[in-house]
Amino acid sequence: MPYSQSDVDALIPLPPATFHILMAVAQEDRHGYGIIQDVERRTHGELRLSAGTLYRSIQRMLELGLIDETDDRPAPEFDDERRRYYRISAFGTTVARAETRRMTQLLRMARAQGLVPERA
Amino acid sequence: MHFYRALLHLYPVSFRREYGAELCAVHGARLRQTGAGLPLAWFWIATVFDVTLNAAGAHWDVLVHDLRFTARTLRRSPGFTLTAVLVTALGIGANTAAFSVADFVLLRPLPFAEPERLVKLWEKPPLGGRFELSPPNYRDYVEQNRAFGSMGAFHGTSVNLVGRGDPQRLSGSTVSGDVLPMLGVKPLIGRAFTLDDEHSEAVGNVILSFGLWQRSFGGDQGVLGQRVLLDGDPRVVIGVMPREFNFPTAETALWTLMPRAERENDERDNNWFSVIARLKPGMQIAQANAEMNVIAASLASRFPKENKGIGASVISLRDELSSQSELMLLALCGAAICVLLIACANLANLLIARSLVRRRELDVRLALGAGRERLVRQLLTESLAIAAVGGALGILIAVMSVPLLSRLVPNALPLASTPTVDLRVLAVAGLVSALTGVGFGVFPALRASGRGDLSSLRDGSRSGAGRRARGRSARVIVEVMASVVLLVSTGLLLRALSRVASTDPGFRADGVVTMRTTLPRPQYDSNSVREPFYRRVLDGVRALPGVQSAAYVSFLPMTMPGGIFGVEANGVPSNGADGRNASMRYATPGYFAAMGIPLRMGRDLEETDERGRSQVAVVSESFAKKYFPGENPIGKRFQIVAGDHEIVGVVGDIKVRGLERQSEPQMYLSYKQQNGRSFPFYMPKDLVIRATAPVAQLVPAVRRIIHEADPTLPISSIQSMTDLVADQTTTRAVQVRVIGAFALIAFFLAAVGIHGLLSFSVSQRRHEIGVRMALGAQQGRIVAMVLRQGIVLALCGVIPGIALAYAAGRAMQSLLFGVEPGDGATFAAAAALCVLMTVAGSLLPVLRAVSVAPANVFRGE
Repeated sequence: MPYSQSDVDALIPLPPATFHILMAVAQEDRHGYGIIQDVERRTHGELRLSAGTLYRSIQRMLELGLIDETDDRPAPEFDDERRRYYRISAFGTTVARAETRRMTQLLRMARAQGLVPERA
Repeated sequence: MHFYRALLHLYPVSFRREYGAELCAVHGARLRQTGAGLPLAWFWIATVFDVTLNAAGAHWDVLVHDLRFTARTLRRSPGFTLTAVLVTALGIGANTAAFSVADFVLLRPLPFAEPERLVKLWEKPPLGGRFELSPPNYRDYVEQNRAFGSMGAFHGTSVNLVGRGDPQRLSGSTVSGDVLPMLGVKPLIGRAFTLDDEHSEAVGNVILSFGLWQRSFGGDQGVLGQRVLLDGDPRVVIGVMPREFNFPTAETALWTLMPRAERENDERDNNWFSVIARLKPGMQIAQANAEMNVIAASLASRFPKENKGIGASVISLRDELSSQSELMLLALCGAAICVLLIACANLANLLIARSLVRRRELDVRLALGAGRERLVRQLLTESLAIAAVGGALGILIAVMSVPLLSRLVPNALPLASTPTVDLRVLAVAGLVSALTGVGFGVFPALRASGRGDLSSLRDGSRSGAGRRARGRSARVIVEVMASVVLLVSTGLLLRALSRVASTDPGFRADGVVTMRTTLPRPQYDSNSVREPFYRRVLDGVRALPGVQSAAYVSFLPMTMPGGIFGVEANGVPSNGADGRNASMRYATPGYFAAMGIPLRMGRDLEETDERGRSQVAVVSESFAKKYFPGENPIGKRFQIVAGDHEIVGVVGDIKVRGLERQSEPQMYLSYKQQNGRSFPFYMPKDLVIRATAPVAQLVPAVRRIIHEADPTLPISSIQSMTDLVADQTTTRAVQVRVIGAFALIAFFLAAVGIHGLLSFSVSQRRHEIGVRMALGAQQGRIVAMVLRQGIVLALCGVIPGIALAYAAGRAMQSLLFGVEPGDGATFAAAAALCVLMTVAGSLLPVLRAVSVAPANVFRGE
């Protein structure tokens, strides 16, 4: 689906949950619970998406075209037919990149102001 | 898990269908990872919280989505949207305004403590109507009754207030000590009168209304203790009543305590006390009424001369409303319901027609997998959006029109003069249009679509099913019917208005300017003070350029319905209540010339008709005819409460009680023969000037003359006699305008609706018309065919409409001033208008249809 820069800009900044979900489905197709686990693992348990938040985000992201539902299924021994799998769309990738750029710039500006985080 | 599944019902159906299974899977996985005990409890709390919050969010998402979609679809058909919104707005606006006013006057509790126990006591003369009580009768009722917890008396006064800017003339109320405590309204500042004040004779005090306090005292908190002059007497302000306190009417500007002399007055035939009472708890009005009639009977046997045949009547304070005012308000509500009916029929037509047009769109969406629930929500949102926008506009219409309708609020009630828009009424009107929108917007659309046969997707399907056509016809009939009722009602009221306006008042109003100079008592009680004042003013005024004549009289015609006294003539006595009575006025010579009342026989009152000489009277023709039938009345004598009088002249009758009311015969007595201290109320105070000079030039000159005669006298009620007569028809004119506005709205709505409906119906028959024309039918015959159907529809609405209109006319007969409720011309005009409207409504679409070549019709499909 063709999209313009203004479509991308309209979505920036992304809500944190949306950005995390995009990251979760950026490398491989995942089902809902898989997304939750991925986010949890990557944030070392700091962000635990609730089921409600996840599926409302998924519904909205599907409508916006950030992700697609995919018909590719894993090998039958790993599959559960009730599950639905999602992957990032081209538009989703562009939006995620734009969000990453925004955050990088923000980080650079904060550093320039001496706001360097202390080492943990 | 069952609990979680049940929780999921909080989500929109579409969301649950889509993600329910996965939500359950995720929830199950999480549950398995959660330990027992506290963590489990915490998990469930978090789950409930999560589902509730996200379900609300999901509903919100759907709503936003639907609203966006609605905005897009409505923008795509601006004609439909605008019409639907306007129709809804007019329906809601008209109803909210009408019912707000009616509720304000008829239903809302009066702003007093326990208002349902407040009643008024009247005396009931044998010939109907009602009287105030005489002071001694009032005292007897107070002593003997068991029904009332308390009773109080009051009467209106009109006082000159001096000391705050220009002298001003104010309406006040003189109350006994019980009245204000009985009403149970706390003063805004200061205190109210109490019974103790009667003993301490605190008559030198005054309580101000909120309006007077704001107007003349600038809302000064330090007003308590200030001194003012009322009719020359010094008074101390002791309190200010709150804004919503309007007793006995909204015009009352101040309250004074009834002096002992009035409370102890013993004229049993002088009825001038209005009486208010509070029923004891548990006491019913009917019981109180029965008890008062027992007391009335005992008064009649003890004082037969004054009380014979006189009963008592207890009515709720809320019911102090003339049946005409009540009827008018009910008529207003009836008109509003007609408008609502037409508005709903219109809305239904619009929505049903639209649902048929959209049938294909809905079927496509169903075929593409949209859930029915989503479609219902979408249609619901659309209908409700129209209702909401229409409703908002309707509120605006109501808020703007309520002040206009407030002219219909009768001034006999203790109510503020301007009602407010009532929220409950608004809610009901909104609900009705929302229900109409939902009922006619959602269900037909769904019924039309999704029958599973996808017939609408096939080319050339038409939806002219007989049942639907019959439904359309039924709605046209309802609209025509309601329009006929409103048009006829307006017509009848209009005829009544013109009949009242053309009533001959008995005097020539044009060229007469009037004003009032009330002479304060007791300074002016004596004739020797009054007469020089009148002479000085009248001589001065008569000398002004352009003045033809000038005179003083007790009351101008049509301003004071009272002053009716029993007449004893030809040896037949009267008790004043048996119909042998007449209205009494004192006047200076020249009054008949100034007022333009024709002198038929004998002479005018003269300056030589003084005290000490034979008391004379000029009477009206009906007086002469009633008391001296077939005789020459000049030189005849009659007796009234003011003594024995000789008739010296006969003048034409005037409508002394007003254009619409039956007036008693009239008698005019010489101002010089008024005993100074009796009938002080009847002291001539209204100055009547017949002049050719312009009013703007005349009034300042007259003011100067009066000011020179007595600089403390305020001048009030400056008005031309033509205005005063025109005021007689003001209420009617307002009524006609209001009902007329409703009729106009209804007619407009019905015309729009009928035109829309017939356009739609003709467009549905385009194919048939095309076939007929292809087969050689003449254009004229097709036009005639459609027109015939239109006329049949119109007649089907007009005939029951006429029957209903006749019933409505009968119901409001007392408002019609003798115009027949079945007035032929009015009915014919209304029926003709409605038929014309229907014909015009069907002519345009059918002409459009026959002007298209048949080939184009088929190509279009």
